[in-house]
Amino acid sequence: MQELATKPMQEPAKSVLDELPGELLMWVLIISELLVFGAGLLAFLGVRLTDPAGFAEAQEHLNRTSAAFNTIVLVTSGFLAARALHLREQSKRRSARWHLAGASSLGLVFLAIKVFEYWEKAQLSITSESHPFFTFYYLLTGFHAAHVIAGVVILVLVAWKDDPQNIEVGASFWHMVDLVWVLLFPVIYLLA
Amino acid sequence: MKYQSQKVATAYFAAALGLFGIQVIGGLLAGWVYIQPNFLSELLPFNVIRMLHTNSLIVWLILGFFGAAYFLVPEEAERELHSPKLAYLQLAILVLGTLGVVVTYLFNLFEGNWLLGREGREFLEQPKWVKAGIVVAALIFLYNISMTILKGRKTAITNILVLGLWGLALLFLFSFYNPSNLSLDKQYWWYVVHLWVEGVWELIMASILAYLMLKLTGVDREVVEKWLYVIVAAALFSGILGTGHHYYWIGSPGYWQWIGSIFSSLEVIPFFAMMAFAFVMVWKGRREHPNKAALLWSLGCATLAFFGAGVWGFLHTLHGVNYYTHGTQITAAHGHLAFFGAYVALNLAIISYAAPMLRGRDPYNQVLNMVSFWLMSGGMVFMTFVLTFAGTIQTHLQRVLGENFMEVQSQLDLFYWMRFGSGFVFVIGAFLFIYSIAFPRKEVIETSIAAKAPAE
Repeated sequence: MQELATKPMQEPAKSVLDELPGELLMWVLIISELLVFGAGLLAFLGVRLTDPAGFAEAQEHLNRTSAAFNTIVLVTSGFLAARALHLREQSKRRSARWHLAGASSLGLVFLAIKVFEYWEKAQLSITSESHPFFTFYYLLTGFHAAHVIAGVVILVLVAWKDDPQNIEVGASFWHMVDLVWVLLFPVIYLLA
Repeated sequence: MKYQSQKVATAYFAAALGLFGIQVIGGLLAGWVYIQPNFLSELLPFNVIRMLHTNSLIVWLILGFFGAAYFLVPEEAERELHSPKLAYLQLAILVLGTLGVVVTYLFNLFEGNWLLGREGREFLEQPKWVKAGIVVAALIFLYNISMTILKGRKTAITNILVLGLWGLALLFLFSFYNPSNLSLDKQYWWYVVHLWVEGVWELIMASILAYLMLKLTGVDREVVEKWLYVIVAAALFSGILGTGHHYYWIGSPGYWQWIGSIFSSLEVIPFFAMMAFAFVMVWKGRREHPNKAALLWSLGCATLAFFGAGVWGFLHTLHGVNYYTHGTQITAAHGHLAFFGAYVALNLAIISYAAPMLRGRDPYNQVLNMVSFWLMSGGMVFMTFVLTFAGTIQTHLQRVLGENFMEVQSQLDLFYWMRFGSGFVFVIGAFLFIYSIAFPRKEVIETSIAAKAPAE
């Protein structure tokens, strides 16, 4: 009874949503993106079951070395973005900006390597219609690359308008892009 | 009602409900043709009945949206409309266009004429002069509403509503582009049709629903706005690329099958969120609003939209399923419950909420209004089930076993009878609703009661 009586006196319960770092809408976006890429990967694995030999043969045409290098590029970039937030919270604005510039430059390096990979495929006359494997390859990596482009723009924006809240939101998006690549890479390039 | 210019909404709602009556009569006729295929086949062929049924639906829903905007924007912006005169002029143009459409469809006097003749694309059959009139009316509307908002208070509800209405008007411009390549034709056609009902209309729906929840439950504006933003983000994220689920079999590249399947599956989320939103607001709400009918319609709208648009949409959205079900009665089942739940019920909710205020009376004829809710909702849900069963059988016989279309149709007779019955119940409900709004009991509002039923 006593508990009931005191309840109205307490502060209204804080919603879990209020404790999220960054911005609620960014989390809505991140979850939506993970659902999309997750569904795409599941569909890829499902279709792969219907033609394991064809998928294995198609996969041989991918450039694993450049993709592995790209993984290092993107993870390093994510590290720089995380450092940038840390530095900004310590009011080291200049240093934080340099880190953000580094993170977005590595994003551009990733894109350059990606374009090189697509160019290699084009030389072999491989298109999204060549084989279901390549439909998924182009869809998933292409969609991811579009997010890298968006991420680079966002990192530049938060380096410009650099209050910690903005950097946190930008870095959350960038980590999502990172995470998606770390999921795509083994499934598309490595899975034997 | 705080602002005189909100009265404009009365005329819009009246025109909308008039067309609603015509629409459901058309539906009843079309349902009868399924049973007696030669019924009126010379005088009013099925394709014309269907055109009237679908076109009047779209027009009355849009008239309702315009009315809703004219009703709620002054209150949100805390000022009178920029120009009530322009609002009436806009309505006059739309009514004239509607009459022109009806005459053109019924008598087809100008077949093939570039300006006056009816155009052959489903839902966009209006002759060019009517399309141009719609654009002019939309421009007047956008000018009027945008000026009101720019000069007044800006809220999340009006921002989202206006974003949706701007999108509605701009996307309609694609109806003027009609390439001779059929695949391209279809591609752009869906820019209007899909990006309306699964894109910008959802913004309109979410914002009107948010307004109703704000007024009916008394939950804090901040809470409502947070929900609204999340719903809108989810709707646009899934809805825009969800267009891909129309590109499976029109000659578009194969990757659309995956883009369409994945993104349109996520279209369930905003509809689920709207349903959750409506119920959570009612549970959290501190206010006992006297207009129970408006609340019933609001909750019914969110719930039936989730089932009709969300669940029944998902039912046949994956391309592996759609390969078999495309264009069967499954589509009709989904189309009926989705439009009724999401947009018809939404309009009837805002009309139920606004009408007593517009006419300076207590929320009247609540019982009739609520009976009409159950008649319409019950009829529509029953029709949806019936058509779903019909569609399942049709899919199996026609698409799996490969039987001839007309032979399959004759085996669906029982379902078409039941559909007609449920449609009949729906039509009774629809006219009951119109009666309950149009012919109020003669009570004059008392000031003491007015104080108890707060406008905000």
